[in-house]
Amino acid sequence: MPDGSQDSGGFRAPMPGRLHPPPHGGDPIEAAVRAVLGSLSGDMTVTEAALLAELEALGREVMRAKSEIAALRVDDINASHIPAATDELDAVVHHTATATNEILDSCETLEALQPRLSGPDAEALSNAVTRIYEACSFQDITGQRIGKVVSALKAIEGRVAAVTAAFGRGAGPSPLPEPATVAQTEGQALANGPQLPAAAASQAEIDRLLASFD
Amino acid sequence: MAMDKTTNVLIVDDYKTMLRIIRNLLKQLEFDNVEEATDGQEALAKLRAGQFGLVISDWNMAPMTGLDLLKEVRADARLRDTPFIMITAESKTENVVAAKQAGVSNYIVKPFNAETLRDKIEKVMAHA
Repeated sequence: MPDGSQDSGGFRAPMPGRLHPPPHGGDPIEAAVRAVLGSLSGDMTVTEAALLAELEALGREVMRAKSEIAALRVDDINASHIPAATDELDAVVHHTATATNEILDSCETLEALQPRLSGPDAEALSNAVTRIYEACSFQDITGQRIGKVVSALKAIEGRVAAVTAAFGRGAGPSPLPEPATVAQTEGQALANGPQLPAAAASQAEIDRLLASFD
Repeated sequence: MAMDKTTNVLIVDDYKTMLRIIRNLLKQLEFDNVEEATDGQEALAKLRAGQFGLVISDWNMAPMTGLDLLKEVRADARLRDTPFIMITAESKTENVVAAKQAGVSNYIVKPFNAETLRDKIEKVMAHA
């Protein structure tokens, strides 16, 4: 083993005593550290020792990151948290759709009674039913918003799977492939769903924009 | 100008609830000849098979969106003059501009009210 003596190659630093191959492989950085260690024999220069120290520190950082990710139980995110969240959101859409259709059933029943009324009563009933129809369009908007949230969750699920796989946790689900780049029509490319209220254009603004073409 | 209430209207939306709402609002406006489709492809098939005087379509549908349906309608020699109203939650300027450039007759942003629907139908049918 080196002892810090000099030779014709210049100053030789002692081989760091703690250097040894990681106990388990699979990680490219760890493999690189092992490859460097395996290529070394005898004394090494100060630069080589510093490089090895850096590599060793890097290896320890990788191990620490793996431990932290394991402590986060990232597999649970894909195995239970995200599926549970999407199931709950699907249930929200289902229940609101059911409720909305029941409201519409009731409105249609009320409309059927309208011919039995006359004058202001008939008009009041008609106006009230119209207001309910208008309000029921919330179900479409909320459904589209929830669809956007589900898409975001699925994207997170894919990224988590990729991180899990990258750190060698082979028991977890396979990472989702990157979405293939498929040709989109203009209509598909511009289909982004409802804007947040603060960013959404009003009907009056859209009318002005359309009028500007005339 | 009075609307021709006997005209055949095709409403296109992938949300059954929205189809039902629009159908009921049209019924209040005394349009009784209303057919439905749940995406652009189904709508295009119905348009090519039938005789419609007005299309009211959502944008965000699969596999064929409302904008792509509009382009198909405007490219079809028999259908090209059919009034076409987009009713959609897509409210970005680029969406409205794209629809206008594709030949949309009018554009309604969701959520909308019955008065807006009546107003836009009157306007597009007056120019039909």
